[in-house]
Amino acid sequence: MLKKYRNTILIFIAILSITGCRKDDLIIPEEEDILPPQTVTTTEGFYLLNEGNMNMNKASLDYYEYETGKYRRNVYGQANPEATLGLGDVGNDLGIYGSKLYAVINNSNKVEVMDVETSKRLKVIDVKNARDITFSNGKAYVSAYDGDVQLGEDSPNGFVAEIDTTSLEIKRTVKVGRQPEEMAVVDNKLYVANSGGYSAPNYESIVSVIDLSSFTKIKDIDVAINLHRLKADDYGDLYVSSRGDYFDIPSQLFVIDTKTGMVKKSFDLPTSNLTIVRDTAYIIGSEFSYETFGWNSNYSMINVKNETLLEGSFLLESVSEAIQTPYALAVDPLSQFIYISDAGDYVSPGTLYCIDKTGELKFTVTTGDIPAHIAFKSKSTTINQ
Amino acid sequence: MIFYKQNGLWIRASMLLFMIIFSFSARTSAQESTSKSLDSLDTVKGYILGEVIVTSSKNKVQIESPMPMQILSGQKLEKLNSLSVADAIRYFSGVQLKDYGGIGGIKTINVRSLGSAHTAVFYDGMSVGNAQNGQVDLGKYSMDNIETIELYNGQKSTIFQPARGFFSSNTLFLKSRTPSFKKGETHHIRSAFKTGSFGLINPSLLYQQKISPTLSLSSSVAWVKAHGRYTYRYKKEGGYDTTAVRQNGDVNSFRAEVALHAKLEKTGQANLKAYLYDSERGLPGAILANRYNHVQRQWDRNFFLHGSVQNSFSKKHHLLGNIKFSRDYNRYIDPDYKTLEGALDNKYYQNELYASLVNLYEIKDWWKVSLATDFSLNTLKANLYRFPYPTRYSYLVAASSQMQWQRMDLQVNVLGGYINEEVKYYQQGDDQTVISPVISASFQPFSTNGFRIRAFYKESFRMPTFNDLYYTFIGNSSLRPEFTTQYNFGATWNIAAEGILQATTVQADIYYNQIKDKIVAMPSSNLFRWTMLNLGEVEVKGLEVNTNLGFNLPASVFLDLGLSYTYQQAIDITPNGTTYGDQIPYTPKHSATLTSAIIWKDWQMNYSFMYTGERYSQKANIPVNYIQPWYTSDIALNWDGELLKKSVKIGVEVNNLFNQYYDVVLHFPMPGRNFRLSLSLEL
Repeated sequence: MLKKYRNTILIFIAILSITGCRKDDLIIPEEEDILPPQTVTTTEGFYLLNEGNMNMNKASLDYYEYETGKYRRNVYGQANPEATLGLGDVGNDLGIYGSKLYAVINNSNKVEVMDVETSKRLKVIDVKNARDITFSNGKAYVSAYDGDVQLGEDSPNGFVAEIDTTSLEIKRTVKVGRQPEEMAVVDNKLYVANSGGYSAPNYESIVSVIDLSSFTKIKDIDVAINLHRLKADDYGDLYVSSRGDYFDIPSQLFVIDTKTGMVKKSFDLPTSNLTIVRDTAYIIGSEFSYETFGWNSNYSMINVKNETLLEGSFLLESVSEAIQTPYALAVDPLSQFIYISDAGDYVSPGTLYCIDKTGELKFTVTTGDIPAHIAFKSKSTTINQ
Repeated sequence: MIFYKQNGLWIRASMLLFMIIFSFSARTSAQESTSKSLDSLDTVKGYILGEVIVTSSKNKVQIESPMPMQILSGQKLEKLNSLSVADAIRYFSGVQLKDYGGIGGIKTINVRSLGSAHTAVFYDGMSVGNAQNGQVDLGKYSMDNIETIELYNGQKSTIFQPARGFFSSNTLFLKSRTPSFKKGETHHIRSAFKTGSFGLINPSLLYQQKISPTLSLSSSVAWVKAHGRYTYRYKKEGGYDTTAVRQNGDVNSFRAEVALHAKLEKTGQANLKAYLYDSERGLPGAILANRYNHVQRQWDRNFFLHGSVQNSFSKKHHLLGNIKFSRDYNRYIDPDYKTLEGALDNKYYQNELYASLVNLYEIKDWWKVSLATDFSLNTLKANLYRFPYPTRYSYLVAASSQMQWQRMDLQVNVLGGYINEEVKYYQQGDDQTVISPVISASFQPFSTNGFRIRAFYKESFRMPTFNDLYYTFIGNSSLRPEFTTQYNFGATWNIAAEGILQATTVQADIYYNQIKDKIVAMPSSNLFRWTMLNLGEVEVKGLEVNTNLGFNLPASVFLDLGLSYTYQQAIDITPNGTTYGDQIPYTPKHSATLTSAIIWKDWQMNYSFMYTGERYSQKANIPVNYIQPWYTSDIALNWDGELLKKSVKIGVEVNNLFNQYYDVVLHFPMPGRNFRLSLSLEL
């Protein structure tokens, strides 16, 4: 009996030793692709924040260096091996201000502040359900859906936190509308687009205006339901997108004159992403076609100086046809190269396309999952997309 | 519809040829046919205490079944440290349990990589489904009252069963304890208590009463309460090392069942059963960077009333009728999702009315035919924005022929389904008509009846769930069903007892599955609206081997060993997909289990080992999606004897003995080493 028992133990040990070889669980190192280099102007390169699908902790950072053409994928983990579970869950916005890189990680309830040169963590600032970030005058402004600490547990409203970019502390907060999204600063005033998406069909339809000196809300500008994107041009105008209700009310783009605080123009352009560089607004739009029963994407431009829609698309047809789910959009203000990403099916790596000033495709590169936000790194000045 | 497509034609043609050859070679022995009990599985008793041998009838069923079946029952089931059905079914080959961890975490079964919606779950002969999301949480079925678990790849071998039993790609049968009284006995009372890690308190009571020689009652109640806290650890070599305690994993559930069993005439029987399950639980959520706590909660209440009658009105004609009404309530709150009306508070109400009639006719001793007709009505109500209030009428028919000779079993089924969708508001789903053929055979090639080969071909489908079709902003009402095609070839081998070796069984199967029109969530180019599409295509090639060995050792020691191994290559073959050729998520290529028990007099010691190989958490097989293999060892010591003339059982379990930290579903950590103490008393 004992002998048989021994045999059994031997079988267990044998099986354990066969299977007992879990590989060393290491931090996944960054990957590198070599792309065509570019002339370094004041822009040296850019960071790209990949959102990653929810609950996967797959937000990741890529860096493209103009001088060498190196595209480094997934740089955060290697630079921050001590950061538990990496950069976090759902990267919602990215900005560079001074020597610091700010990543808003929505489902991780934080703003991750990193050194822009090394991508190393400087600080984690807790902001629950944080959405977007913008900068002005030594301060970072972060919009967030959930103000249970700042506004009380039951408030459906969101808030904006003011973060000192030197001490990296939240200095002041202000209550805004429900589910605030993008923001922009014009003339010492912060404009916040509110969506109200949690209470469909009772969407919000206002842009909240915050005076930055007193950090109080001074008024609401009524625009349209379910606001999302908000970008300022150099002429004191704001471009605000409304997502509509996805059923009967279509997505549109509105222009607000900050001097009068009134909507002065609207475009029947479904707008899912928007960036303004110099005198041009680049817009990714999509609309439902009753002919094909599918979604059509369009890539429009508006001259923001005289607020007119320009003819044609900013993407070659060969590129726009290759893109399944257009997502990130950024334009280098100096080279005017366009960077647009394809998020594909959201659950596998995306693709970044670079299009030069003449509209020619310069390169494509594989990114992380859901490539979404680009921040250009400059030698001296600061650009935030 | 799923009739001939070019690529499968040759395989199907050769399969058919194979069956024909079989049936000719078997015809010669047709005269020797034996009459069999209608549902020979009902004679399966599993182990008899103190006898510790696999009963021959069970093996006979298993070996003759043209479709692979695996059974856990009696002591074999008890030797696995299982709190719920979910813990036990992990030991079946070909099974992946999607386990979100902890006592309250959702646990669903995925058989042969077809997806969890492709396994139908039957509880005491009645299907327990969920038209809303297609998922059955097996963690809700505690083991207190379960006697037998059977898993069929394809369908149960009998043709005397409701149409639903034929329609799924795989079927899992759970059977509760049925009363059987010895002479002079009038009642049984069995009370049990389990406690241990996670703050578990699990008392249960079973009461069986003989009312008259033909009527008996059984009732069972159980309560499971646990705080659900346990330690987990996320660690990388040379990097972070974080240990924390799982939060918001508490569960409080109550189950009550009452059943009346009546014998009708000689062979007939009737059952009436009422079932109630009520629970509240925290949803512990994914562990995310900077976020270890979640606050979402869920309530579930499931109620059903099930009546079944089986009788024979002539020697050749048998009838089986089933009727069920069920009502399921689910409430989900998310305090972090703050609307104008307060925190998100979703309530869902599902009703099902189900009726089934099966007629079986014995044309010859060796040839039976049956016609099973099912009707079901499903409704879903929810307090959601733009909710369409859908109703589904399903009409299922299965026409079957079963030929059984001494050395050959041949079964053919033609399944037809018509599903009609109606909604109160907005866009309704399309009506669906589906016809699927199934053919299966087992054959004894040599004179020994211990060795058989088997094969089956089966087409089946799953309907899009109500969530797939109608979920606000995501649902797509033009979805079609998701189709699967299965080919299986295998062999079973029973080796008679010899020397110290007790009866041994070996089963081996190879299979090839295809999934078409797989329903997947895809973002549309409007970035804020996902949509469900019939997009995926998957091809699965697999091998399963399992064996059971029993050794009669000296000094009245009995050793029982079970081994199973599964190899699966499940490849994404979606045309134009970026991950074409990659292994689909959460599907290990290799997985294996070992179970063992050493029994000596009143003592039993169990050891079980489980291995799940490396997997990927998402579609792309790249390093960032890689998940480590995991393997756990569980041990238990049981004493089963008499104390003060009462039958008493005491058990101590240690699960995950070597305290391995692992995730089955990424970022839903599983418990490390944990303990359980159990005590049961028969009065």
